[in-house]
Amino acid sequence: MSDVAATRPGIRAKGRSSSVGDTIFAALTRTAGVFVLVLLGAIIVVLFIGGWPAFRAFGPAFLTSTAWNPVTHRFGAVVAVYGTIVTSVLALILAVPLSFGIAFYLTELAPGWVRRPVGTAIELLAAIPSIIYGMWGFFVIVPFMAQYIQPWLIDTLGDVPVIGALFQGPPFGTGIFTAALILAIMIIPFIAATMRDVFLTVPAVYKESAYGVGCTTWEVMRSIVVPYTRVSVVGGIMLGLGRALGETMAVTFVIGNTNRITTSLFGPGNTIASLVALEFPESENGSLKLASLLALGFLLFVISFIVLAISRLMLRPRLSA
Amino acid sequence: MSTTERELKARLEIMGGLGAEDEAGLNPARMSLRNLDFFYGATQALKGINLDFPDRQVTGLIGPSGCGKSTLLRVLNRMYDLYPGQRATGEVLMDGENIIAPDVDLNDLRSRVGMVFQKPTPFPMSIYDNIAFGVKLHERLGKSAMDERVEWSLTRAALWGEVKDRLSASAMGLSGGQQQRLCIARTIAVRPEVILLDEPTSALDPISTLKVEELMDELKQDFTIAIVTHNLQQAARCADQVAFFYLGELIEVGTAARMFTAPKVQRTQEYITGRFG
Repeated sequence: MSDVAATRPGIRAKGRSSSVGDTIFAALTRTAGVFVLVLLGAIIVVLFIGGWPAFRAFGPAFLTSTAWNPVTHRFGAVVAVYGTIVTSVLALILAVPLSFGIAFYLTELAPGWVRRPVGTAIELLAAIPSIIYGMWGFFVIVPFMAQYIQPWLIDTLGDVPVIGALFQGPPFGTGIFTAALILAIMIIPFIAATMRDVFLTVPAVYKESAYGVGCTTWEVMRSIVVPYTRVSVVGGIMLGLGRALGETMAVTFVIGNTNRITTSLFGPGNTIASLVALEFPESENGSLKLASLLALGFLLFVISFIVLAISRLMLRPRLSA
Repeated sequence: MSTTERELKARLEIMGGLGAEDEAGLNPARMSLRNLDFFYGATQALKGINLDFPDRQVTGLIGPSGCGKSTLLRVLNRMYDLYPGQRATGEVLMDGENIIAPDVDLNDLRSRVGMVFQKPTPFPMSIYDNIAFGVKLHERLGKSAMDERVEWSLTRAALWGEVKDRLSASAMGLSGGQQQRLCIARTIAVRPEVILLDEPTSALDPISTLKVEELMDELKQDFTIAIVTHNLQQAARCADQVAFFYLGELIEVGTAARMFTAPKVQRTQEYITGRFG
C-alpha cells in the first residue's frame, strides 16, 4: 500500500477523504457481526445459569433419570431427550427416501414444465407455520392413524418377532410415530430442496460421460451424482434433523405428552421442546421445575448446535469441483 | 444465411465429380448420415447432412464455432436424447440400422459409440474402477478377465506405464493429460465400434496433445474415429477424411490431403487459410 501511495499521491489523497466513511461503515458492520456472536453466547449462558440449580440438585443423575414429578420435585431429562431423538431419527428415516425421490425426479426425470411448479410447491411447504401442521395433524392425521393405519400395522406387524414390539398397544392415533410422521412432512422441503440443489451442481459433462459409456439414469445417479454430492447430501439431512429436533408446536399437538418411555412406536411420549412448551406456564419463578426446564433447553441447544454445526461443515463448498 | 449461388454450383460439381480420385484411400463407410436435420427447439442446427464415416479411419470435423460440428457428434450417440426439445430427423445408418429411430436401445448404442469430451471427466472413483465401471454395465467378467481388460485398455490409451503401480488411487489425482487418456481408456474398454472425440485436446498442454494425437493413430487400427477440432493442423495431422461445416451445413468433404491442398469451395479455402472463423 505505502509504495502505491508514495508514487501516486493523487490516489492517496482521494483514498483519505473517503476513508472516514469506510471506517465508520466497517465499524458498524463489525458491530452487527459481533452482536450475533454475543447474542448466541448470551443465550447459552442464560440457559446454563437458569438450569444450574437443576444440574446442581440432581448432578449427573439429571441426565440418567426418567423421573418428572413436580410434586416430589424429582426431575430427569431422559424421557424428553429420548422422545426428541427417537421422533427426529424416525422422521429422518421417513423423510430421506422420499426427499431423495423428489430430488431425483426433479433433477433427472421430470419434464421442464413440471420442474418449476413442483420445486416451488416443495419450497412453499416449508413456509407453512408449524402450528398449522399441528392442527392439521391433530384433526386429520390423528383420526386417520387411529382408524386405519395403526390398527392395520398392529394386526400385520404386531406378531412378528423382535420388531413386533414396536407395533403394540391401543391405536390412539397420537404418539411417537404420528409425531415423527408430521415431523417428516415438515422437514421434507428442507432435505429435498438441498438435495435438488446439490444434485444440480454436478457438471452435465460428467453425467454425459456416464451416459456415454452406456449407463441408465439410475446408474448415473448411483455411481456419479450421489458420490459427487454425498457430503452435501448428508449436510442437507443434518439440516433437516436440526429442524426436527427443535420443532415444538406440531409435535406437542400429536405426541400424547406423557412422561414415559414405551417400546411401542404408537405409545405416547414427549420431546424436550413440547415438554418445555407445556410445563413452562405452570412453573413458579425460582422453582426447581423451572430450572429443570431451562436445563432441558440447554441440552436441546447443545444437541441442535452440534447437529447444525456438522451440517454447515458438510455443506460448505468443496474445493475441487 | 442462404448459400450463395456460386457455392451451390461448386458443391453440385463436387457431388457430381466426387470420383475415385477424391475417395482414394478411404475405406467403406462404418456410419452414414442421410439427410440429417437437427433442431434445438425451433432452431435448426444441422441442415440436410449427408456424410460417410469410413471404417477404421479418422474423420475430422472442422468449421467455425457454432457451425454444428459438436452437435453432429451428439447426434451420433444420441446424447441429445437427454434434453427435451432437441430432436433429429433423417437417417444415421450403422450396420444397416437407423440409430436415431425411437426404438433403439440407447444404452446399447452408447456402448457401441463411445464419446470423449473436451474436458477430462474422470469419475469419482479409483483408476481401476473408472475403467471397470463401463465394462461392468455391459459384460459380466471375472476378476482376472477384468484385470486383463483394464490393462488392455490402459495400454491402448498409452497410460498403463504411468498408472500401473497405483490403480487403486483416485483418478482425480492424475494430471489433466493423464485424465484425458484415462477417459479414452474408459471409452475403449467397452470395445465400441466408433469413438467420438469432442475437441479432446483443447484443454491439454502441447505434450499431452501430442500423446493423444499419437494415440488416435494407434486406435484407428481398431476403431472408427470422429474428431471435432478447432486446430486445423491437428485435423491435417490426424484425419484421413475432413468435413467442413458452416452454419449447420456440410460445405465440403474429402480426403484430408485434398481438403487442405485443393479445396473446391471458396468458403473452405477461406476457412483453412484463416481468412475467417
